[in-house]
Amino acid sequence: MIEFREVCKSYESGDIGLDGASFEIERGEWVFIVGTTGSGKSTIMRLLIKELDATSGAIVVAGRNLADIDRKKVPSYRRNLGVVFQDFKLLPNRTVYDNVAYALQVTGAGRKQIRQTVPDILRLTGLSTKLHNYPDQLSGGEQQRVSIARAFINHPAVLLADEPTGNLDPETSIGIMQLLYRINRAGTTVLVATHDSTMVDKMRRRVIEVRGGRVIRDENDGMYSQREQSTDEFTAMLRDDSTRISW
Amino acid sequence: MRIGFFLRESLRALRRNAVPSFAALATVLVTVLVLGVFIPVVQVTTGAANDVRKRVIVGVYLKSGVTPAQIAQVGGVLRRTDHVKAVQFVSKASAFAQQKKADPAAYAIVDTNPLPDSYRVTPDNPSNVNLVSAALVKNGKPINPAIDTVNNRRDDAQKILSATSLVKATMGILAVLLVIASILLISNTIRLSLFARRREVEVMKLVGATDWFIRWPFVLEGILLGAIGGVLAIAMLLIAKFAVVDSIVSEFSVIGRPNTIDFPLLAVVLMCCAVAVSAAGSGLSLRRFLRV
Repeated sequence: MIEFREVCKSYESGDIGLDGASFEIERGEWVFIVGTTGSGKSTIMRLLIKELDATSGAIVVAGRNLADIDRKKVPSYRRNLGVVFQDFKLLPNRTVYDNVAYALQVTGAGRKQIRQTVPDILRLTGLSTKLHNYPDQLSGGEQQRVSIARAFINHPAVLLADEPTGNLDPETSIGIMQLLYRINRAGTTVLVATHDSTMVDKMRRRVIEVRGGRVIRDENDGMYSQREQSTDEFTAMLRDDSTRISW
Repeated sequence: MRIGFFLRESLRALRRNAVPSFAALATVLVTVLVLGVFIPVVQVTTGAANDVRKRVIVGVYLKSGVTPAQIAQVGGVLRRTDHVKAVQFVSKASAFAQQKKADPAAYAIVDTNPLPDSYRVTPDNPSNVNLVSAALVKNGKPINPAIDTVNNRRDDAQKILSATSLVKATMGILAVLLVIASILLISNTIRLSLFARRREVEVMKLVGATDWFIRWPFVLEGILLGAIGGVLAIAMLLIAKFAVVDSIVSEFSVIGRPNTIDFPLLAVVLMCCAVAVSAAGSGLSLRRFLRV
């Protein structure tokens, strides 16, 4: 579904975003991309939504090489992707309903179709009572639900989530992950870039770790981080579970 | 369906961004108002200048007691002179009547007619007035014995000509400056209001909106603002025209009342300018933010 082949991306400032990253993601998979700030996670996301172009290497999404999509075709490419961001990126002067409807309006959908689809998707994401609220009247978790509803309304094959729980408390994060999980179960490939180690460790999914623009680890049922435990840490873990050092 | 959608979008934007919209509207209004005053003023002044230029004539005064045959002969000579467009005979009697009408008090105490018969010679071009008068006087003597003097208004003509060209140049420069200033002002105002909404544009692009899908509501917004500002300004001009200008014009008949642009035509021109500039302004200013 998504394939990165030796992808490099260097910015005009001279910084290196990606340095020969390669991986492949199958249809319907759930993948975490982890790594510290500046490791290249966001670069991967921005390349995938074609906000940036790779300096070298090839990125193939659903059989299409992104380098072959010219500027005019970018909007129609993006309609087949769902995108969710840490800062939600909702339109501030539109209601919940209109925010979600906008993703349908850009595809040229008729009013009738919008009236049928939008309430359904909002019910699915648990926002039926907030239809006519504006984003600033919602909690962070609710805003993120709106952006997921918007990302999913066109039933994209791929859903990209860049730190979807970065601004949310643990309890709310669980709800958001549930929602993404449900979308994944429906057959959508879900790619989550995250810092949220507890979530990654609990879910035990495929983890791709990037550091310095390179893929340094790619394993199924992975943990957030994999490193040698020091003797002290090991002893602490054995002695008492509650004093476990979190990493 | 599409047009309705775009229109609703732009109305929503106008409502939700009331303050920047008002600023843009006020800018359009002021600019149209100034242009609306400026265009007729330029026309009046250049019209007046042209009027003065038209009155640049050579006065040919005949000796007293000339016969009708001599008068006709002089007329023939004048018509054959180079650079002469028109020759008009003013008899003693009609000259007296004209002057009496212009200054009744002074002429009331004059019993006899002191004015001579004369010809008014209009040159084909005001700047040729000196050539004409030079052709009528050779070596300090008029070319025909019946002519008493040729009124060579060299200095007057020269002054008028330089004054009118100065007026024209000044007005031209002012007009250009004003147009540049208004374009900058409008595009800056629109850019400010767009800058406040660049995040919105970014989000729209991420959701997969095409450039024109985003742009149309902004352009329509510009058209609406321009139209509202234009209509308000034209209404103000109309009130000013009836209240001030018309009464002044009827009180003082300024140099014959020069031709100015008709008000409906002026209104249409201003309206088109307001709409076109603000629509283009908002459409073009958006370019920068569409590169996401």
